[in-house]
Amino acid sequence: MDNIILIAVSALGGLGLIAAVILYYIASKFKVFEDPKIDEVESALPSANCGGCGFPGCRAFAEATVVSAREIKSLDGLNCPVGGNEVMQAVGKILGLEVEAKDPMIAVIRCNGSTTHSPAKVKYEGANSCAFAHALYGGEGGCQFGCLGLADCVDACEFEAIHMNPETGLPEVNDKCTACNACVLACPRGIIELRKRGPKDKRIFVSCVNMEKGAPAKKNCKVACIGCSLCQKACAFDAITITSFLAYIDFNKCTLCRKCVEVCPTNAIHEVNFKPRKPKAETLTPEKSVSGKPLADKQLVSDSSKTGPENKKEELIETKE
Amino acid sequence: MGILKTFVLGGVHPAENKLSANAAIEAVPVPKQVIIPLGQNLGAPSKPIVKKGDQVKTGQLIAEASGFISANIHSPVSGTVLKIDQFIDVTGYKRPCVFIHVEGDEWDESIDRSDKLETHISLSSEEIVARVKASGIVGLGGATFPTSVKLMPPPGKKAEYLIINGVECEPYLTSDHRMMLEKGSEIIVGIQILMKALLVEKAIIGIENNKTDAINHLTELAKTDERIRVIALKVRYPQGGEKQLIKAALNREVPSGKLPIEVGCVVQNVSTAFAVYEAVQKNKPLFERVVTVTGKAVKKPSNFLVRIGTSTQDLIDAAAGLPESTGKVISGGPMMGKAITELDTPIVKGTSGILLMEKTESRRLVENPCIRCSRCTYACPMGLEPYLLTKAAKLGKLQMAEKEMIMDCIECGSCQYTCPSGIPLLDYLRLGKIKVGRAIRTRIKK
Repeated sequence: MDNIILIAVSALGGLGLIAAVILYYIASKFKVFEDPKIDEVESALPSANCGGCGFPGCRAFAEATVVSAREIKSLDGLNCPVGGNEVMQAVGKILGLEVEAKDPMIAVIRCNGSTTHSPAKVKYEGANSCAFAHALYGGEGGCQFGCLGLADCVDACEFEAIHMNPETGLPEVNDKCTACNACVLACPRGIIELRKRGPKDKRIFVSCVNMEKGAPAKKNCKVACIGCSLCQKACAFDAITITSFLAYIDFNKCTLCRKCVEVCPTNAIHEVNFKPRKPKAETLTPEKSVSGKPLADKQLVSDSSKTGPENKKEELIETKE
Repeated sequence: MGILKTFVLGGVHPAENKLSANAAIEAVPVPKQVIIPLGQNLGAPSKPIVKKGDQVKTGQLIAEASGFISANIHSPVSGTVLKIDQFIDVTGYKRPCVFIHVEGDEWDESIDRSDKLETHISLSSEEIVARVKASGIVGLGGATFPTSVKLMPPPGKKAEYLIINGVECEPYLTSDHRMMLEKGSEIIVGIQILMKALLVEKAIIGIENNKTDAINHLTELAKTDERIRVIALKVRYPQGGEKQLIKAALNREVPSGKLPIEVGCVVQNVSTAFAVYEAVQKNKPLFERVVTVTGKAVKKPSNFLVRIGTSTQDLIDAAAGLPESTGKVISGGPMMGKAITELDTPIVKGTSGILLMEKTESRRLVENPCIRCSRCTYACPMGLEPYLLTKAAKLGKLQMAEKEMIMDCIECGSCQYTCPSGIPLLDYLRLGKIKVGRAIRTRIKK
């Protein structure tokens, strides 16, 4: 009896020992060198694996940063949008490199063709996918550039940062947005754009991507950009360009003076997170606001706590995130 | 008659509803204004050669082909060019169109307007192809592929059979049926012209068995030419698809991703054959076609001879107005047609019918989960697995979709028609095809 146990133990123990020796030999002989910094960098990353950096996951991004640090001694072109500056500084510290601070970005929805502004003329009953509806027709409201409202961007978002507003039928972005670019790629109409978050989250953008002439654009949507170029004339900083009847505000040049918002005849330019203006601001004629001094604007912003005039109120409710 | 031929895999048999089968072709009056989209054919849109204020005559070239797969467009009316501007077309998007204000109806002098049947084919093979190309003829079955391209087989390939598609498997539509009945002799000459152009000695006209009058009529006419044979086919959707028709008529299978010429066939629609006859024998370019206007609630289901560019509204008015109960206006048939969003949408070369569906008919089913009944797989005429492809397309698994041959899908809608769970299978298949097609194109570019 003892003998059997002894044989079994020694046989298995011996096998285990031999296997251990072989494994040890192979492990040391065929060891793949991996920079320990990769692990360090990876642990500093947010582990969201969202792909916003352009790499398939955080590990791949960590490898890329280490290779980049070794070969070109900089992290140019590599950025983790989710972690932002904080994470990139930490990564830079691990790799012993200086990382330039980048402006935090956020996704903005450049369409305001809600159910009230662009009422549905036809009814869509097909598959619940923007990409498919885009291939099929212009849109329920008739605007062939605007939001289709079937929430491909919501599905694409990994951070629960976009949701559909059932009242307007448009998506809304909240503060959880990490600017990972997933929604921008998901939108078949290129409505979503990554823009600078701006100081205190204040930002101004043209909430329209309609490239039609004024009349047909206005026919389908009350708040379409008609390319009238009033905002371009009002802008003292050359921040606004107009291509194919559509204004675009360069966020690097924009100083958030809000003059363009005032002159826009269709309320296509949106301001976000600004304090409501004094009712008086509405009485300013376009000419006056063009020549007005920046000081006047600041005053308007600082001492107004009341709600704005009627037509602005609606807009503010919608843009509040 | 024995056992009728048909294709082997899949297929469905929707209610035929050929309401307008007995309505003779009727010419609608020339409208006051026509809007002619520049992208009417498959491939590159045409390039306009007229400008605002130009006087045009009926049959005059107004836009020319801008590439190999492209087609000329001729003015369907005489009058003044108002403008070239964006207008909504059947795609649901605004596209460049030529607007012409109609003044009288003066035809180009070179067009022979007599009704006399010209049976003698004087042009040579190359001349026929050139004439077909110049006349802007495209496949009138609905795919609008330029006919001249089909008449020029790639080097090394030889056509053996010309197959004429008189199947008209789409429910409701009767335009081809009426063409066969009323323009039979012209179609036979058109087939002879096409045979001469393709240098083939055998032609088959495939007609479904629900059009016995057309089968008898064409069989009678084809007796004069022993090279042309008419065959009756069992009623089965989508027999009008090129690949299905070849399988049904000749029991040949077109390989995946290849054209019918691979198995020695060229397929043309009966209306295309008629257009070829008019172009070659009468020098009349393609600027009008027969359009069926039908629907269960339509007071006067009709087959109209329409100038290209007439608005859909005009046709509906000619068929005694839009019924109150209309839920959807479809350009084409109920299976493969496309709902239009504006009634002003102009008629184009590919419009075979306008179907006014009732609200109760056109409603979509509520989407329920897949119950794995495999009806879609049995219905697929291409031998695909629609439930699997749909899933792959939904989840963005493009590699898998491509491996499972999503690009072979002919978008016939048989799967969606049979689905008891009301899943929009075809929608997702189309979405998958768009995405996979894009991926393939970028891969080729690289």
